[in-house]
Amino acid sequence: MDSRLVPSQPPATPPYGERAGIGDRIPRLEDERYLRGGSRYVSDLIATSRALRVRVLRSPHAHARIVSVDASSARTFPGVVGVLTPDEVMNVGDLPCEWAAPGMAVVPLHPVLARDRTRYVGQPIAAVAAETTHAADDALGAIAVAYDPLPAVADQEVAIKEAAPRLHDAVPGNVAFRFRRTGGDVGRAFADAEIVIRRRLTNSRVSPAPLEGRVVLSDFDPRAGRLTHYTSSQLPHTHARLLGGCIGLPLHKLRLVAPDIGGGFGAKLGFYAEDVLCALLSMRTGRPCAWSEGRGESFLATTHGRDQIQYVELAARRDGRVLGLRGRVIADLGAYALGMGPGVPSINTGISVTGPYDIPHADIEIIGVYTNRTPTGPYRGAGHPEATFLIERLMDDLARELERDPAELRRANFVSSAAMPHRLPTGFTLDSGDYAANLDAALALASYADLRRRQVRLRAEGRYLGIGLATFSASSAASPSIAMGAIGFAMTGHEGARVVVHADGRATVFCGAQSTGQGHATSLAQIAASVLGILPNDIEVVEGDTQVVPLGTGTFNSRSMAVGGSAVYEAAHRIIHKARRIAAYKLQRRPRDLVYEGGVFSVNAHAGATASIAHATKRVVQKVVPLVFKRRSGFELPTMQRAADAVTFAEVAREAHLGHDLPLGMAPGLDETYFFDPKDVVFDYGAHVVLVEVDTDTGHVALLRHVVVDDCGRVINPLLVEGQVHGGAAQGIGQALMEAMVHDGNGEPLVSGFNDYAMPRAADLPLFETGRTEVRTPANPLGARGVGEGATIGATPAVVNAVLDALAPLGVTDISIPMTPMRVWRAIRAARGVSAADVGERESDRSRSTVGLPID
Amino acid sequence: MSEVSMSVNGRTARGVVEGRTMLVDFLREGLGLTGTHVGCDTTQCGACVVHVNGLPMKSCTMLALQCEGADVTTIEGLAANGAPLHPMQAAFREHHALQCGYCTSGMVMMAVDIARRIGEPDEATIREELKGNICRCTGYHHIVEAIAAGAKAMALPQT
Repeated sequence: MDSRLVPSQPPATPPYGERAGIGDRIPRLEDERYLRGGSRYVSDLIATSRALRVRVLRSPHAHARIVSVDASSARTFPGVVGVLTPDEVMNVGDLPCEWAAPGMAVVPLHPVLARDRTRYVGQPIAAVAAETTHAADDALGAIAVAYDPLPAVADQEVAIKEAAPRLHDAVPGNVAFRFRRTGGDVGRAFADAEIVIRRRLTNSRVSPAPLEGRVVLSDFDPRAGRLTHYTSSQLPHTHARLLGGCIGLPLHKLRLVAPDIGGGFGAKLGFYAEDVLCALLSMRTGRPCAWSEGRGESFLATTHGRDQIQYVELAARRDGRVLGLRGRVIADLGAYALGMGPGVPSINTGISVTGPYDIPHADIEIIGVYTNRTPTGPYRGAGHPEATFLIERLMDDLARELERDPAELRRANFVSSAAMPHRLPTGFTLDSGDYAANLDAALALASYADLRRRQVRLRAEGRYLGIGLATFSASSAASPSIAMGAIGFAMTGHEGARVVVHADGRATVFCGAQSTGQGHATSLAQIAASVLGILPNDIEVVEGDTQVVPLGTGTFNSRSMAVGGSAVYEAAHRIIHKARRIAAYKLQRRPRDLVYEGGVFSVNAHAGATASIAHATKRVVQKVVPLVFKRRSGFELPTMQRAADAVTFAEVAREAHLGHDLPLGMAPGLDETYFFDPKDVVFDYGAHVVLVEVDTDTGHVALLRHVVVDDCGRVINPLLVEGQVHGGAAQGIGQALMEAMVHDGNGEPLVSGFNDYAMPRAADLPLFETGRTEVRTPANPLGARGVGEGATIGATPAVVNAVLDALAPLGVTDISIPMTPMRVWRAIRAARGVSAADVGERESDRSRSTVGLPID
Repeated sequence: MSEVSMSVNGRTARGVVEGRTMLVDFLREGLGLTGTHVGCDTTQCGACVVHVNGLPMKSCTMLALQCEGADVTTIEGLAANGAPLHPMQAAFREHHALQCGYCTSGMVMMAVDIARRIGEPDEATIREELKGNICRCTGYHHIVEAIAAGAKAMALPQT
């Protein structure tokens, strides 16, 4: 009998031979389900469940003492099953802050329900669970809350003044932290400077606004004492840990599931009150409880991003060499230290302010401040866009002062590829890269020299064309784990992956990363496919279920491919290593004498004399096994067919599963887990070239071209990389020209939905022109850098620089972002000498930031 | 509570709804057709676009009762399970026109309508026609390419 177990049922043998692995441009494997309406977002699970609907009562005051909360009437409303008020959650833990800035003495945590004070409009006060959303809404209106309003502060520069209202009794001056990074001798750099550029820049507050808001379905089984918690999360494992801590449930009794996620962009990294409220209500009522964030609610209750005021100075020589950078950044944390909030400006902005440039002397202080506004958190780029905006504005202003070409000035100051690895003056080390080659590729793609000539020609005709550049270098894949504590990050730097090969040679990849739209079901399958020698179609990727993938970290900081992908890569290599040993056993060869190609292990045709002797020895040794077996059991082992010189991966998989004929002592199964913990962060980088034309009569900015050349190291799927770049750039453009999360001076939000929060629509954007350079990082086995955030980081300053370039002949030197037509028009009028009063400008507009003012 | 009856994806659908029940909630919760999504509930984002009597409508701001007797098509009705994708769905897949997928059904339903009305629209027309649909993931680049390609495929004689 032939012991080679030939699969009998088609399509049991996967079609080998077609290359579709790392680097291939293939459409996504997961799309068909979405396109047919087969999505599984949490809201889809809710729609077809009998869950109680939860609604949350929110504070209408930016700052108030809560005198009383009376829900007695609400409890009697028809359909109401459960109500939670602050008194009922006194014993529930506050929402942990996962990233406190180093040296933060006091960390005021966000309570699940406001205890005695509410500190921002939208803060949860009470919650109702009812049979229908309408019933819950009706009851919510019957909860009587008596407030004693307090003076509020909604501007970080006002908040640090002595007379400002204090948010937290234990935090004098509302200063959460002062975090300073220094390197070199910045005093000498400024003493030696021939030119100093000084600026006050504002990086506006924006909303990540994924199209799917946050949404929770919590289902407690009182008989088993188990909670199944579905939530739209970028960090399933972390959120399971935090939820378990808050409600006192051990993790083996808590299954957290993040199914399809409708976008995250950082907004779903925070751990929020509604997760705890739904879990508590389900535990109390014994019914599944579901909450879906409304759009207006989302603008109040989900973390915002950015919001920094930057006072900065750049010291340079007249030949364009930058000597030093110093400054102070005042970052608005909002009302509480929530999620990753404080770490974003301190670490991510503080360390990145020198960008891709060799600036030997730097001194930067980040001041984190509490104000009566929604807490801030990571938003695509998370601190890096703010740092890049800062340095890229300064570089352009320096070029203008020196009458130098901004591309040339940048190139003259880049950290050279030969100088890598390069330790930044503020900390962290640039791993590798070629910034000049990357910029040159972008300039070539944009036909930069032609653009400059066209600009000169059109200026003569009275048209205002602007060309904007931005280059960036941003740390991604936060790691290693050992370094996380040093930066205050209460999470891991590693990621885990498990690769399981089924008996038919197909595989399932389990990974702790969490796709929120990036396409891991395709990219991770491509990585595993490359290593396993099978097709991506024969690989299923499973994420976002803490019962199925018990350990993991999640998706942020452009880490999924560099860390999660590397874990998959390593686990798959361990599978192949074992498969090779099985194949070698079956072929009676040494593993090293086999070649694996196109899904088939075959004997190396030129193995040599040593291999032949080894082969002969193995044939003899393997005759012993049947003899011993027969003596012990009385049965004959089937005669082993050893003549074959090739064995397929599927045959090995089946053998590994059955275990009839494995090397002595080998455990059955092809099932390997690997945790990849990088040695260090990696820096992704890129260059943007933007062409705009400004209509000086209306202030309208037309975005004519947007060129992006990224370097994300080794590319897994170019199609998906392009998608990340397009979408990332669109968000950066949104911040530059349109989007703003605005509060009035008393902390009243002036944004209530997509009607007054201007996100780019199709007609606001051009087709993007993208290119790539590829310097593989040595920091991980794939050579992959991050890519998800890069385009957002570069796009905002590139667009801003383009608008200022267009208007430079008029003498316009600054316009706060977003550069709305009204602001651009006013800046033009002001530069032309029309008085502020004549253009309807308010005093506060000129002297202060955009903060606290309605969007124009 | 009132009875409502309409044709959804070619089949008669009946239900008992509150006066304030929106079409999207009737489709999702009443009929289990969860392919249509709600992104904003104020007619801004277009994630909820379905076809009502052949016209693209935002189902988050249309009452279920307004659709009494109407002919409604949702994303689930574009291509039967097991059948090949509708050319517009196929173009979205081919051109990587979806990332998180949340806006996708509304985008595809709108795109089918654009193609039916205009034939083979150019880039500027497609962008203008998408003014009622928001995507936060893609920057629209691949969506615009997909709609151009899907419209072209729809214009071919059906075999």
